[in-house]
Amino acid sequence: MKFLKPVVIILLVVFVGIQFVPTERNQTDAVFETDFLLVNNTPKNVAVILQTSCYDCHSNNTVYPWYNKIQPAAWFLEDHITEGKKELNFSEWDTYSNRRKNSKLKSIMSQIRNDEMPLFTYTLIHRDAILSDVEKQSIIEYMKSVQDSL
Amino acid sequence: MTIKMRNLRVTTTIMAMAFVGLTTMSCKDGKKEDSSVTTDSEVSQEQASASTSDVQNPESQQVVADYMALKDALVATDEKAAVDAGKKLESTLKSFKLDSYTSDEQKELQEIVESATEHAEHIGRSDMAHQREHFQMLTKDVTDMVAITGTASTLYQQFCPMYGEGGAWLSMEKEIRNPYFGSKMMKCGEVQKEIN
Repeated sequence: MKFLKPVVIILLVVFVGIQFVPTERNQTDAVFETDFLLVNNTPKNVAVILQTSCYDCHSNNTVYPWYNKIQPAAWFLEDHITEGKKELNFSEWDTYSNRRKNSKLKSIMSQIRNDEMPLFTYTLIHRDAILSDVEKQSIIEYMKSVQDSL
Repeated sequence: MTIKMRNLRVTTTIMAMAFVGLTTMSCKDGKKEDSSVTTDSEVSQEQASASTSDVQNPESQQVVADYMALKDALVATDEKAAVDAGKKLESTLKSFKLDSYTSDEQKELQEIVESATEHAEHIGRSDMAHQREHFQMLTKDVTDMVAITGTASTLYQQFCPMYGEGGAWLSMEKEIRNPYFGSKMMKCGEVQKEIN
């Protein structure tokens, strides 16, 4: 027990310490004129699916889970969101050239079709983000229609 | 004994946490450094700009050459070689100079280069299935680029209807060697167009 005490104290200090490392929150009240749903006037049924299953990591607005208040979970999330937005940011959709929109749409369809998105680590906690076959189909069909309209 | 073991476990936990913390931090640092990696190709860009008045832009020729290396890696179903070729193409694209083109061409080329860079970057860190997916989109970019920049050597636009909704690619040779299926369907495809 003599050794255990200092170790526990160190552990606590480290844990408490990292709580003070700031993370950037991906949240804003701004309305983006370039938003995918706005620009394409996406029908409500598809818009809801995209907002529930994609927007947390692929837009400028994240609905954070409670554990984002705790490190190192917050770092993990921050990393995911940064990476997600780099690949595809629905909030900035209209800033992409038609060429890039086209490839983004293709990638969206293939990722959904192959169950690569939403990420397993995300749906593990966000059970409502899991896509049913019907939902997958409606996303794919909708993305196809957006592609055809480019 | 048990105290020792418990101690060990706690120490391991601390080390694991420190490790997680450190890797998260170092990941961020790593990303920042990425943008400065292009120094090598910037040098060759300087050299290349000497002859930009030529019809065949040397950088677009390098893009075509890198694209062909990538295509050959996919024909051979060699993921590692495709990763390397993707990275090479990415760095070539990042030093693409637009000066010698009209403003309309510049706008178009800039979009092409931006899009192609993204695909090359993905190919540089993906598995074979993804590499082929991005190669299909990359092919459109390179084809459109060549339509503006011209090409020094004759290119053959080839097409296999079996890949997705149909997959096109460019080749230096007439003979069909399929980059989407490799040895599984090496001969699938036909020459659609000759690009001179």
